[in-house]
Amino acid sequence: MSGPGKSDRLLVKVEALHKSYGDLQVLKNVNVEVPRGRSVVVIGPSGSGKSTLLRCLNLLEPIDSGIITFDGQDTAPLRKAAHALRREIGMVFQNFELFQHLSAIENIILAPMKVLGMSEEEARARARKLLEKVHIPEKADVFPDELSGGQQQRVAIARALAMSPKLMLYDEPTSALDPEMIKEVLDVMLELSQEGMTSVVVTHEMGFARRAAHHIVFMDGGEVVEDAATEQFFTGAVHPRTQRFLQQILR
Amino acid sequence: MDPVFMAQTFVTLLDGIPLALQLVSIALAAGAVFAVALAFMRLYGGLALGSLARAYVFVFRGTPLLVQIFLIYYGLGQFEDVRASLLWPFLREPYWCAVLALMLNTAAYTSEIVRGGLQSVPFGQVEAARACGMSGILLFRRIVAPIALRQALPGYGNEVILMVKATSLASIITLMEITGLAHRLISETFRAIEIFVCAGAIYLIMNFAVTRAIKMVEHWLSPHLRDAPDDARATGRVAAISH
Repeated sequence: MSGPGKSDRLLVKVEALHKSYGDLQVLKNVNVEVPRGRSVVVIGPSGSGKSTLLRCLNLLEPIDSGIITFDGQDTAPLRKAAHALRREIGMVFQNFELFQHLSAIENIILAPMKVLGMSEEEARARARKLLEKVHIPEKADVFPDELSGGQQQRVAIARALAMSPKLMLYDEPTSALDPEMIKEVLDVMLELSQEGMTSVVVTHEMGFARRAAHHIVFMDGGEVVEDAATEQFFTGAVHPRTQRFLQQILR
Repeated sequence: MDPVFMAQTFVTLLDGIPLALQLVSIALAAGAVFAVALAFMRLYGGLALGSLARAYVFVFRGTPLLVQIFLIYYGLGQFEDVRASLLWPFLREPYWCAVLALMLNTAAYTSEIVRGGLQSVPFGQVEAARACGMSGILLFRRIVAPIALRQALPGYGNEVILMVKATSLASIITLMEITGLAHRLISETFRAIEIFVCAGAIYLIMNFAVTRAIKMVEHWLSPHLRDAPDDARATGRVAAISH
């Protein structure tokens, strides 16, 4: 627990973040703040750098320049020991990425046991609670192959939560799902958000953004074009690029 | 064909099984360790170690095992240094020469199987493990290795079968395993067909056991594929379980 400081209101602060792949600049001077207990939704056309931004936050991607502060601490010195930071940040992927050779509950207990050193008994008890939380307690011993996409993604959310993260990152969590499964995943995410789980969500689900997000960041071409409180974003987005995007997506 | 003679031959040739099994199991065990080292050199060893491993695989896959056996058994003794070395008590024994040749040979093939298995691990799985806070040996042991092993097993099963059959070449350097015994019996009786049919049958039975064992290991290692419907494993994942 870090003591109360000037940035204590913020769990994540991204300042002047730049990143390129060769000649391609994927992030240009990105500044984003994530207050504790809040959900920030990042939207934008594909290739706008949303996912890259997310992956920079838990150090899956190296950055060229800029400062990422997590929980009051500059993450730059942590790059060599990124796994220590990642314990505190849960991540949910577009393609679920459940460990195929492990059952649902084994997926959930592996990291708490092996990374945090939790006893198997405790890890299992917690995993069962988490499976209840994501509404599939009956699937504990089922392997990922036999779960629907929506169920797999909910196990993935439980797996991320099992580390008791301070922050959840969702990278287009419903983009690989059939329409009828999207809701079951979004409902779980919404519940978590309402319980005060700090999260950054990259998504195209505007209905979810409207209901769950406290803040919306619109990115295009590697830049943050618009960054506003949710209500304000939908009613009074000022930038023409944002308006164009909204018109297309809300049609 | 004389059934009584066949039965006698069969029983005689059974005496060769222990030696064949010794050769194959020592060679496979040592070869597997060597193969993993070679695969690591190729994947993570950089240019120098990678090239070394590549050259090794090229030479040992590209030349006949029989030639390798001859080179080790007849060739090494030509060198004064080898005869003077601590290894000479081993290297002058045909038994250890055969083990060495089989081991070096299977290591080359197996390293490619291991490399394929490791490379088949989806990057997303590794990334997901990293996102959970895993790294280093933990990540390798819990995520990469189990997935790679499952992928490599069918190919490795093939290699084991080839190795069981390859032990027959040890008879060329005087070892009295199944084929060696068969040869001796033929020189005594001149009844080649009956004797070789028996020898072939014994290899067949041994490989039947190998096939079953590998299937069992695959079944045991693949709980996630046991009851899955066929279409669930359609993409790239070869399921080798019995239905």
